[in-house]
Amino acid sequence: MATQQELSETRQHSGVGIVRTRLATLFSPPNWLKLAGGGELGPIQVAYETYGELSPTKDNAIYICHALTGDAHAAGYYADDDEKAKPGWWDDLIGPGRTLDTDKYFVICANVLGGCQGTTGPVSINLETNQPYRLAFPFITVGDIVDVHSALTKHLGIDQLLAVIGGSLGGMQVLEWAARYPDQLRGAICLASAAQLSAQGIAFNAVGRRAIKTDPEYKNGEYESGAGPRYGLALARMIAHITYLSDQSIEMKFGRRLQDHDTFTYEMLPEVEFQVESYLHYQGKRFVERFDANSYLYLTRAMDYFDLESQYGSLVNALGKTNARFLIASYDSDWLFTTSQSKEIVRALIECGKHVSYIELKSPFGHDSFLIEIEQLQNMITPFLEQAYAVRLAESSKDS
Amino acid sequence: MRAQHRYCMQDPSLEMTDKLLLDQIQPGSRVLDLGCGDGRLLARLRDERGASVLGIEIDITQHHAAIARGVPVIQADLDEGLQDIPDGAFDYVVLSQTLQQVLHPKQLLEEMVRVAKQALVVVPNFGNWRIRLQVLKQGRAPVTEVLPYEWYNTPNLHLMSMHDFQDLMRLLGIEILQEIPIINHRAVDKAWLANLRAQHVLYVLQRQDEPPVNTNNENVLQNQDESPKPGSY
Repeated sequence: MATQQELSETRQHSGVGIVRTRLATLFSPPNWLKLAGGGELGPIQVAYETYGELSPTKDNAIYICHALTGDAHAAGYYADDDEKAKPGWWDDLIGPGRTLDTDKYFVICANVLGGCQGTTGPVSINLETNQPYRLAFPFITVGDIVDVHSALTKHLGIDQLLAVIGGSLGGMQVLEWAARYPDQLRGAICLASAAQLSAQGIAFNAVGRRAIKTDPEYKNGEYESGAGPRYGLALARMIAHITYLSDQSIEMKFGRRLQDHDTFTYEMLPEVEFQVESYLHYQGKRFVERFDANSYLYLTRAMDYFDLESQYGSLVNALGKTNARFLIASYDSDWLFTTSQSKEIVRALIECGKHVSYIELKSPFGHDSFLIEIEQLQNMITPFLEQAYAVRLAESSKDS
Repeated sequence: MRAQHRYCMQDPSLEMTDKLLLDQIQPGSRVLDLGCGDGRLLARLRDERGASVLGIEIDITQHHAAIARGVPVIQADLDEGLQDIPDGAFDYVVLSQTLQQVLHPKQLLEEMVRVAKQALVVVPNFGNWRIRLQVLKQGRAPVTEVLPYEWYNTPNLHLMSMHDFQDLMRLLGIEILQEIPIINHRAVDKAWLANLRAQHVLYVLQRQDEPPVNTNNENVLQNQDESPKPGSY
């Protein structure tokens, strides 16, 4: 067994090394955040991590928007991580010499508003009541989430980001950002995402929420911290997890293989006979350990509501104001956020004459591909960022 | 250590075709290049002509190379048409040495004049005398400098002479604004016996019912009604 110190020392030299999550307090009264659903919220605490150094001219910042259940810990290890701990969720993409090259770029990732990993959300203490918000937390939208990201960017002294990047719900934030603050970004990288959640996506979210709300432990959201609708939340995750895979990836990973026996048991009570069942149960169980049920309700609803077209009249209206360069990618095996949804964005961007690149990547891993197929992302994002940065540097040298 | 990068010889005819296309394009135009490869031509159009550009490329390695030049590029298969490109979104659409390789050249040409005001098409000329002579003398599918493939491995699916191309344009109601034969790596504006001598041809095309510049609205509407609807073939 390696000691904690030995672990830290080895990890110090891989990728971004040892990191820590920071906290920023934004929207302190009377500068409340005005919410799309009405009402105001403040102060808002934001948990974020940064990797690399911000350049003196503050022109090298890249903002990562995480997906539904992600967090600010995109790369590196914490000092107190044990031997089994995994690095941040996009670690392979971030670090010296990697795609989001921390020798060159300053990378920011923050937990979203309404989340449960450090940023103000339903589990946070409401200063007026000294109790967790729970369902007293106001309704939030992707627009509200982006307002907070944007405020954090300004808080860090950055006027304009070199790029904003995200997959799935993170990609929705990228698009919303381009629509809402068109001058705040020079590059927009939108992976496995869409300008609106499909009816199928809403349907799966509905089943997940139903699973949570019908769990007796849910108690109309008024469950105690540490308790809560464990079974409902696990079930919600199991359903959602299936939508992140593809028939091909499930087949490759598990097939029809049995878990603990060589033959069928012909018994009804045990719930796990196939490996795929065991896997889903495990995913559900692990999720409950790290996620809050109310937060899941709020964030899936924000996702359901997201619709750039209805919000801005048309996609051309929404995306026509920014001069950012776009890089859009979908995955051929993704049936939750399909290629045709990405192409809708591309079509609108072509219509308004924007700089847009698009690619349908081939992968068996379904919607989850953007978290798994790192090499594909490298090949496409590395040159995209290099170009965006080169143009930025050329412009600032022309100005001076 | 062995060198990773071989010195890349500049293909003189490629360079010549690029220059020819470049000269056709008004500064500040919006240009779409179908089968743009690594974005070589589009990067020049952007840098030398101030054009706003977009490429379409199916090969992923070439696609990434175009991104590395800062050329925006959409991955798509020309055999599936240009359904993601809105009507009239471009001033020019370019298709260089690719028409003969697509599955549905007729549909693609119709799509091209749908998405752009003018289409620039470079094609090999099957009417060239060397090809005719080879077929006549040897009685075999021709293999020439311009069409260097055997019948079983050629990417060139549709070979046509200048006369064939002109016939199709009449059929489609596409006007040939310019026809520039390329003979021995040189563009010859008014070539004598062009269909016999040209190895390649650059065509500048425009939909025949494209409304004249100073027309009244009534005319435009009428013309649009008569125009072939995209996707109706």
